Amino acid sequence: MTATKPKSLPLSKRGLNFEMMMWMFTRLSALAMYAFILLALIGALIMGARNQMTFADVMRWAFMPNPHHVHSTDVPDLGPWESPYWKLVAIGLLLIATAHGVHGLVVIADDYIVSPRGRLLVRWLSIATVIVMSLIGIYIIWLG
Amino acid sequence: MGLKRNVSLATGLRYKGQGPMLTYVLHRIGGLGMAVFITMHILASFVGGNIGGFINSIYENGIFQILMFFCVLFHAINGLRITILDLWPKLLQYQREAMWVEWAVFIPIYGLAVFVIIRASLGN
Repeated sequence: MTATKPKSLPLSKRGLNFEMMMWMFTRLSALAMYAFILLALIGALIMGARNQMTFADVMRWAFMPNPHHVHSTDVPDLGPWESPYWKLVAIGLLLIATAHGVHGLVVIADDYIVSPRGRLLVRWLSIATVIVMSLIGIYIIWLG
Repeated sequence: MGLKRNVSLATGLRYKGQGPMLTYVLHRIGGLGMAVFITMHILASFVGGNIGGFINSIYENGIFQILMFFCVLFHAINGLRITILDLWPKLLQYQREAMWVEWAVFIPIYGLAVFVIIRASLGN
């Protein structure tokens, strides 16, 4: 198999617009979510998950460090799991994941909705979705 | 904006893109699946009560967990491959090999997870 060398223009010739920024955001937020999940996983192990939780419970906590995800386990004291630190981590993960996910939906919608008016509507709907879902998520994590 | 592609859905389905096409389709299905589930999960937790409890109880079902974990794990691992290849474009000439690595990582982890989920569903 002959490997073809990829052609790529330098950044100065490609230009930097909003679409490019979102393209970059999608990739960087993916890395950030890996970091958040690893952080929650390590935190759970430090707080005693090895003896008090099943593997599935640890993963549930890692994907969203919300104390509700620990209620059904053998953890005796929810104190450290409910600390503001983990709530802030959970909100950070929530905001990044919501923006990443809704932008992904816009990318998919753009493949099927091609009229300028339709695409404008998709954008307004996506902005509204990000705001509403972020607010609901923050409410659940902080007060739920 | 307003770009016309003039390719019908039927033509799109007949396109034989093999491995890369498969990862592209599965990445979309996984992303859509997560968007729908997580949105439902957040809204159900927000609403609470009988309706919210019923929607969140779907999450306890083993078959649902097997499908959901496929979406999450495939999207995560495929997304990591895309991120690495896009942020270091020199690696793009090895994208076929990267896909083999991706499946080699995905299959054992997913297989183990399915085993654990089935064992938990059977009550052991």
